Amino acid sequence: MTQAATNTAISVRNVSHSFGEADEARHVKALLDTSLDVTRGELLCLIGPSGCGKSTLLNVMGGLIAPTTGTVMVGDKPVHGPMPNDIAFIFQENALFPWSTIHENMILGMSFQGVPKAERADRAQRALEAVGLDEFAGHYPSQLSGGMRQRAALARALSLETNILLMDEPFGALDEQTRMVLGEDLSVLLSRSKKTIVFVTHSLGEAVFLADRVAVFSARPGTIKEIITVDEPHPRKSAFMTSARFHQQRDQLYDLLHDEIRKSMAQSGKPKRAYEDQSSRAGPAA
Amino acid sequence: MTAQSGARRKWLDRYGSRLVQVAFVAAILLLWHLATTRWGVNKILLPSPLSVWQQFVDVIRKGEFLADLQITLMELAVAFVVATVSGTVVGYVISRSPYLIKVFEPLFAGIYSIPIILFLPLYVLFFGLGPASKIALGITISFFPVVLSTIAGFGNVDRVLVTAAKSMGASDWQLFRHVLVPAALPVVLSGLRMGFTIALLSIIGSETIASLAGLGHRIVNLAENMDMARMFAYIVFVIIIAVFLNTAVSALDARGKRQR
Repeated sequence: MTQAATNTAISVRNVSHSFGEADEARHVKALLDTSLDVTRGELLCLIGPSGCGKSTLLNVMGGLIAPTTGTVMVGDKPVHGPMPNDIAFIFQENALFPWSTIHENMILGMSFQGVPKAERADRAQRALEAVGLDEFAGHYPSQLSGGMRQRAALARALSLETNILLMDEPFGALDEQTRMVLGEDLSVLLSRSKKTIVFVTHSLGEAVFLADRVAVFSARPGTIKEIITVDEPHPRKSAFMTSARFHQQRDQLYDLLHDEIRKSMAQSGKPKRAYEDQSSRAGPAA
Repeated sequence: MTAQSGARRKWLDRYGSRLVQVAFVAAILLLWHLATTRWGVNKILLPSPLSVWQQFVDVIRKGEFLADLQITLMELAVAFVVATVSGTVVGYVISRSPYLIKVFEPLFAGIYSIPIILFLPLYVLFFGLGPASKIALGITISFFPVVLSTIAGFGNVDRVLVTAAKSMGASDWQLFRHVLVPAALPVVLSGLRMGFTIALLSIIGSETIASLAGLGHRIVNLAENMDMARMFAYIVFVIIIAVFLNTAVSALDARGKRQR
């Protein structure tokens, strides 16, 4: 096996995806001939205008959507469906089971994945400590704030002990201050755990603050236009956010995105999206 | 405000509405009493509350209600169990397919709005005057709220929960047992409660129209013999049974819905 292959956690080759049949009115080409390698241990952000196919790509990577054409490999395994032992997902919101406590949510997730019964309680405890929620194990999701719920969702994903985390706008429904704090915590976690993370976001600031690399999407049908590198070690501090380099990279991202956002807005008059991007909040935040 | 009046207010907040409810029932009983003793309403048409009470005590003490109660409860139990099982199974199967939902949901909703009790004569012709016709009618009537709520409950499970479970590796059975059932349960339970209430109504109602036994039959029988006080005593008895059963079903319903 070559050096490049062993360093690649996820490899995406020539993936295109359309929703609906070609002759339907709702036919949408979401992704066009996209190729991408995600390196082991990096945090890669996918950013782009609404409906550009970045969430579609994330779902294809995780085996939740079978692409129309193209292949995805996780390590040396081709992806044909969910891979619970390699990949854990974190969704935008409300993916915790509301009828179960945080602790029960985690136990249930581990039982789905097939973790032996004896290990579950220990792992749940460790994951809750990692996100600072160990005192809230007995609470129901509805008793927690939005930010705490997303921490709990993160803990549930961590308890599965996968090498890869796929995060679909995980902080998208939170207020800016909460998402800044959660972003810092995620950076700390990343510096400790060496996980590979792919992170979909609308927020330029969030992308630059968190990512080792940012993949910028074109307007629909989406493909990767350019990848920029953010060379700053994790854990990143809030000082990084006020540095000149941070602003320069965010401006660079904005330049890259600007035309695509215009194009995307021109498209949005037509019938659109089957699956993509629940909202178009965010924008240039942070 | 003094401490004493604060405590008084708390007491009123807590028991005030109960007090009004008790007073309301007491007022009706008082009016009833006055109507029979002072205002000269014919005792054959409306017996006094006191004589109804004496008859009620007699009915309970002799235990003569037992045979009729048994029949009515048996009819209710069989009808409710059959409607629950068939309604949830059929509803679940339909909920799995958008096409089946599109076809059957409006159909069942339409049938549900028909007063099915109109078909009682047909049921009596088919199933006779005994319990079979009451059971069949009870099943028919309570099937629809159960099936409709099951379709609604299982048809509207939040997709992100299903996707999340699948991404964590849930098998089909785990998905059903740990995601679909708890997500649908509150809506299904509301349908079961509704089904129970109208099964009780239709069974006692149809017993009063055409039957050989049961509480409804007994009440009409007493009315036809002009034994009004005893008839009222039986009505009170049925009300107590109905309140008890509905409270029990509501408590189960609330238990299934807690914490969310």
